[in-house]
Amino acid sequence: MSASDRRSFIKAGAALGASAAVGPWFIKDARAADVIKVGQLHSLTGTIALAEAAIVDAEKMAIDEINAAGGVMGRKIESIVEDGASDWPTFAEKAKKLLQRDKVAAVFGCYTSASRKSVLPVFEQNNGLLYYPTYYEGQEQSKNVIYTAQEATQSVIAAIEWLAKNKGKTFFLVGSDYIYPRTCNKIAKPTIARVGGKTLGEEYAPLGHTEFSSIINKIKAAKPDCIYSTVVGGSNVAFFKQLVAAGLSGDKQTLLSTVVSENEIDGIGKENAAGYYACMGYFQSQKNPANEKFVKAIKAKYGQDRVVGDPMECGYTAVYFWKNAVEKAKSFEVAKVVAASSELPLDAPEGNIKLHKSNHHTWKHARIGRARPDGQFDIVHESPLIEPNPFPKL
Amino acid sequence: MRWLSKGELFGYLSLAALLFLVFPLTLDPFRLNLISKYLCFALVGVGIVLAWGYGGILSLGQGIFFGTGGYLMAMFLKLEASGKELPDFMVWSSTETLPWWWEPFHNFFFTILSILVIPALFAFVLSYLVFKKRVGGVYFAIVTLALALTLTVLLVGQQGYTGGANGITDFRSVMGWDITSDESKRVLYFIHVVLLFAVMGIGAYIIKSRLGKILIAIRDREDRVRFSGYDTAMFKAFAFTVGALFAALGGAMYSLQVGLITPTLVGAVASIEMIIYVAVGGRLSIVGAVYGALLVGFAKSMFSENFPTLWLFFFGGLFIFVVVFMPNGLAGVLDRFSARKKGQRESGLNAVPERTKA
Amino acid sequence: MSFDIAVMQIFNGISLFTILVLMALGLAIVFGLMGVINMAHGELMALGAYVTYMVAHVFERHLPSLMGVYLFFAIIMAFLVTFAFGWILERGFIRFLYKRPLDTMLATWGLSLVLQQAYRSIFGAQEVSVPMTKWLTGAWDMTEGIQIPLNRLFIVGLTILVSLGVYYLLFKTRWGLRIRAVTQNRAMSGAAGINTNRVDAMTFALGSGLAGIAGAVFTMIGSTNPLTGQLYIVDSFIVVVFGGVASLLGTFVSGFAIAQAQTTLEFLLSGSMAKVAILLMVIVVLYFRPNGLFAARVRQ
Repeated sequence: MSASDRRSFIKAGAALGASAAVGPWFIKDARAADVIKVGQLHSLTGTIALAEAAIVDAEKMAIDEINAAGGVMGRKIESIVEDGASDWPTFAEKAKKLLQRDKVAAVFGCYTSASRKSVLPVFEQNNGLLYYPTYYEGQEQSKNVIYTAQEATQSVIAAIEWLAKNKGKTFFLVGSDYIYPRTCNKIAKPTIARVGGKTLGEEYAPLGHTEFSSIINKIKAAKPDCIYSTVVGGSNVAFFKQLVAAGLSGDKQTLLSTVVSENEIDGIGKENAAGYYACMGYFQSQKNPANEKFVKAIKAKYGQDRVVGDPMECGYTAVYFWKNAVEKAKSFEVAKVVAASSELPLDAPEGNIKLHKSNHHTWKHARIGRARPDGQFDIVHESPLIEPNPFPKL
Repeated sequence: MRWLSKGELFGYLSLAALLFLVFPLTLDPFRLNLISKYLCFALVGVGIVLAWGYGGILSLGQGIFFGTGGYLMAMFLKLEASGKELPDFMVWSSTETLPWWWEPFHNFFFTILSILVIPALFAFVLSYLVFKKRVGGVYFAIVTLALALTLTVLLVGQQGYTGGANGITDFRSVMGWDITSDESKRVLYFIHVVLLFAVMGIGAYIIKSRLGKILIAIRDREDRVRFSGYDTAMFKAFAFTVGALFAALGGAMYSLQVGLITPTLVGAVASIEMIIYVAVGGRLSIVGAVYGALLVGFAKSMFSENFPTLWLFFFGGLFIFVVVFMPNGLAGVLDRFSARKKGQRESGLNAVPERTKA
Repeated sequence: MSFDIAVMQIFNGISLFTILVLMALGLAIVFGLMGVINMAHGELMALGAYVTYMVAHVFERHLPSLMGVYLFFAIIMAFLVTFAFGWILERGFIRFLYKRPLDTMLATWGLSLVLQQAYRSIFGAQEVSVPMTKWLTGAWDMTEGIQIPLNRLFIVGLTILVSLGVYYLLFKTRWGLRIRAVTQNRAMSGAAGINTNRVDAMTFALGSGLAGIAGAVFTMIGSTNPLTGQLYIVDSFIVVVFGGVASLLGTFVSGFAIAQAQTTLEFLLSGSMAKVAILLMVIVVLYFRPNGLFAARVRQ
């Protein structure tokens, strides 16, 4: 492209952008009575987009299904997608926009704890309603948030107990350096002590780190029975590849992660993840009619190659939790929807789950799966429903 | 020379009209708050005009000072929001007692003092040492970039003291005055605009003074100025320090108005974005930098609201376009336009030198 | 620390050294010889990684029997594609900015944003999985306790090969002679009949091609997503600047120093603190030797 071509191209683009963009700045659009607006607030760009883009798709599918079946209380759902851009202040800005300008009835959104923390004051001050579909570290309970995924005690404790019983009692903890891994390990350490095990080491790599050879050598020196990993994002790919290359592949070393779902395995590479364990509330390989329908619908909508992971399922169920609560409350008002959510059951792809009576979290099963060479998990353990406990006494 | 050229006068007046009248009267609280957010970067921009446009010092680490200002203010706000208890992120991170260096930030006036002194002092010591060694150009840019990166890693790593990757969030009040309501946000907005005009005034004064002339001379031919007996390092360090001080003010206002501060605002990407604001507005024009911050911020919000999946194309494209075709930004285009009308050539003083010294 | 671990740590240091060199070599050529600060260098690496991904796919579908050697084709393809892309970039855009080095930095940063979004639009925001070459997975068991990862051994070998190639190209061919001549004195070279425009384009394309090779190789140890380049760019810069911009030897020495420091510190401290320590070390050294470890005297 020559310089003048580029110039006219960019000019045209800028003009197009400007005309479409300036309109909504000043004009507040009128609200149609037969439509109810909800927001989807996830990162479509930036470092976290690789995890969040899939959740947007799953939520969208639930919304489309509900609309096809007649909507919520006779009103079609209109979804407004906003990009948090993996940037916490942007999340706060977009949350404000959704609540103050678009006046959405509920927002399905956030993945990282940091993004949730940044929007939390916005939701509390504007009395919005956030459905948060990602496993997280707990230590939080807001009257304006419904948490549809596992909090830490529902995965970490179950995972450690299972490992100690079946795989051995010495542990090495590896995580990315931020709040989720640190809190998980804060829960893991006393749990390991309680089951009579021993923590041999605890290591954190900076977020986005791709050089794990030194940490792997520390693991080799410690020779633990089990590695408990909370490494996240792109680092995971490097970590798993380097583990395999260093001779600690899944058939030789027990490793369990509470963040690697089917979606992450897609990027890590099936052959690199095979044999490792994950603890989740949901696996794609679960056998039940609701799940088979769900997986089939995702593949039909987004392509046969798509895999479904826990956060996608939690995003999908979050929309249904909201719909059911609205219909039970017969109102879109946040306080009434929240009140109706107490002990609300749902026949979800992961099985029958229900919201907690008072703490806004979800009763969940903890499942442990072992990755197969085809990227799916063999479920080796399934707990009964575990009561959520965001503020555990350790 | 006149105090203000016609173009500049128009710029200042139109900006005052926009900020004091048009925006507060037409925009709803959400949009007005967004404007406040852009204006934080406008404060940084004024400093960058001084340091980069006139001093010839490109810093890719303005986020260091923005972030320091923001974090210092956030420490005060967080302590006040937490009342007698430990800030919540410390509890999650198993920090048992408040670190001693958090203690003084219970006091608002100490906080303000620290925002004015700490970043500026650091900037002065750093830049004077570096410029004394006659390091500049690309190396200074990369050293500041590396420092910004270091600070980010430190902030993320020391979660128990800094809130880690989450940053510090959830502020409520300043000395009992609730800052979350629409009404107080409006008051803060006006305080901010007044502060901005004060900062612009100081910046303009420096540029028009003899000091500004020496800065331009250093930018264009440092060795000649040095041979004339000036301590050029001191002049450059001064310009850089003023830039750092303005950036710290921007950061402090950011914490106050946006309600959170995070390590991403300190890092390399944020620092480079701050340069963009100025590049778009015009690196030689203070009022241009403010317009640049407003425009880019506006474009970023609008593009990402309307084209969430494509906005980086627009943003990156806009940036390439400005740098390649409009080296003096919008202000430069306007200047050239009015100069052509009058049949004059660009003034030698305000043109970017052919080869910015490396 | 036992003997076994010590041996593996030393190997890690060497391995990281070669990784850093491979990362920084292209940048050193573009930055050092041409004075162009290319902030989109990381995105060129990502381009190499995506080319590898596509080559792997073609092989998987059409030539499954040759999957064992696809990596070689991928590396060559990655080089060719990024080389061509670099050429186009230089001719279409970079050359207008030679007189404004700091502006080049900003404009290429804009370019990196555009490229990131392009990758995201084409390949999706998710990571793509590049299949591992079978004979390069696993480790070589030197003794009972010492395992040397094969893919890292491969990278060490490849880096040596690439370095020798670059050395040969720059110092033993007429083309290299021209590049060096233009670096030392552009006007004189032009007067002596060297087509300096062509040399500029070739040099930039060569640097880009090397980034492509690095990107292709790093699919073995890291992840491939639209932001992959961002992970490498800062490290690359620091290696080049620390070593001295105008000296390829400096790049090697600084790569070695940083790799050794990083592996040792990471073993002794936490990952974050090791990173902080290294950055501070680089800043301090740059303060005392502003032109890097090896400052060559060239035309300013």
